[in-house]
Amino acid sequence: MEPNLQKIDIRNLNVYHGKDKILKDVNITIPENKITVILGPSGCGKTTLLKCLNRLIDLYPELKAEGQVLINGKDVLNTSEDIHNIRQQMGLLSQRPYPLPMTIYNNIAYGLRLRGVKGRRELHRQVMHYLQMVNLWDEVKNRLRAPASRLSIGQQQRLCLARGLAVNPEIILADEPTSALDPISSQIIEEEFITLKDKYTIVLVTHILRQARRIADHVIFMYLGEVIESGPPEQVLENPQMEKTKAYLKGAFN
Amino acid sequence: MELFNRPIRHRINTIWMVLCLILIVSLPFILSIGLFLKSRLLLEDHSLFDLLFTKVWKPGDGKFGFYPFIVGSVWVTLIAMLISVPICLLTAIHVTQYTRKYVLRIIHPAIDILAGIPSVVYGVWGILVIVPFVSRYLAPIFDYRTLGYSIIAGSLVLSVMIIPFMLNILIEIFRAIPVELKEAALSLGATRWQAIKQVLVKKALPGIIAAFGFGLARAFGETMAVLMVVGNVVKIPKNIFDPGYPLPALIANNYGEMLSIPQYDSALMFAALVLLGVSLFFNVIMHFLISRYNKY
Repeated sequence: MEPNLQKIDIRNLNVYHGKDKILKDVNITIPENKITVILGPSGCGKTTLLKCLNRLIDLYPELKAEGQVLINGKDVLNTSEDIHNIRQQMGLLSQRPYPLPMTIYNNIAYGLRLRGVKGRRELHRQVMHYLQMVNLWDEVKNRLRAPASRLSIGQQQRLCLARGLAVNPEIILADEPTSALDPISSQIIEEEFITLKDKYTIVLVTHILRQARRIADHVIFMYLGEVIESGPPEQVLENPQMEKTKAYLKGAFN
Repeated sequence: MELFNRPIRHRINTIWMVLCLILIVSLPFILSIGLFLKSRLLLEDHSLFDLLFTKVWKPGDGKFGFYPFIVGSVWVTLIAMLISVPICLLTAIHVTQYTRKYVLRIIHPAIDILAGIPSVVYGVWGILVIVPFVSRYLAPIFDYRTLGYSIIAGSLVLSVMIIPFMLNILIEIFRAIPVELKEAALSLGATRWQAIKQVLVKKALPGIIAAFGFGLARAFGETMAVLMVVGNVVKIPKNIFDPGYPLPALIANNYGEMLSIPQYDSALMFAALVLLGVSLFFNVIMHFLISRYNKY
């Protein structure tokens, strides 16, 4: 693969919780404008890996990360650059939607204001733009001043996606974003990812094998803190080389 | 046999539970009605307005102006809240958002111990420490001479008493906010303080109001510790270094002594009724505010 297509390059990443190693010598690359699926049974370190990317790992003083996480060639783990700018390069979508305790409008405008967008008209234009991007605009345009918590859970998750997009990131980090959703809402989110990958690099953590089959361009299989196998889905999912991957695909760890 | 007996036993249990519930729910009503009946004697020849807003207190002459006591109570309570509210809020935020988990494990028992100290002990501590402190150090700063038995002494003791109580509730409230909400705000590029101020505090607001409401009600009704340091002089305090005489202290100091004057007895019952009314009022305000901010 050509090096300039690598959006994220993780080298020798180790994460310790006290003396336990949660992530062991992780070496992976994540290609630009593709959907990269990190697959594995629960407790294998997928979420921790994601939190290393946007440095949310800083919130947990008991966790210690060593190694390099290069994003656009810059090491975010050992940087003197403003952490808030780095985090704005990545939109985050968590397992369940956690809308900010504000109106629907302000859920989007909050990030816009943090980014420095000013002026009522410009804010409104951009709020509309991002809500349209996740196909939520038509459903909420008449109740933008209603609390976001009144939306259905599927709508909330799309609102959270729009909120993350509003800070103008290059990368979307999604941590099992459909695990709390009904099948139809999940399908909408998956379809949106496929549309969004033209503009964004998407890292999707999931334990749903079928979801990986449906939308993955690149698959990383993890087990107990180690990367077992990575590559295109037709290789990892259909023709795995490693015993552990084969066992997982057969359902042995579930 | 077992099967046969079961429905009757269940029904008896249900009756018990309903009776307990009725007892609990009816207690405030029984209390208010009792207090009202007892204070009727006073209300017969004094108007409610005169009782609440005149300031002459001469039970021997039949003059019962509760205004000094109400003002004393309000002063002591408000200043205690002014002191304790920021301390509680900032401590709760710091302990739950900035420190490591073991700090909370150390602080929690300490708060519980503080909350469990009997109020008379706080009163003794107030007499030994706070009253001389006010007299020797605090009042001279403002060029004021006092023995130390004053509104501010009562407020200081009171704030130390209600801090552990409110702090415990606040810590639980902040701990109940999912960490993902904080992560969401940070991932949008907010700083820690922005995330706390604009997202977490907003999320916690109904709970914060409830915590302060409980603290306020408790402060307003606290009797023993305040009574020991506040001076108990029937006079409208002009500033915080003047002595005051809160309502609960009035009841506690006089009940059982002057019962030869029937109207006096009735007046103390009326004072209790006012206390009950005020805490009811606080409760209503609190519920109104909570429902207002609870929509998110």
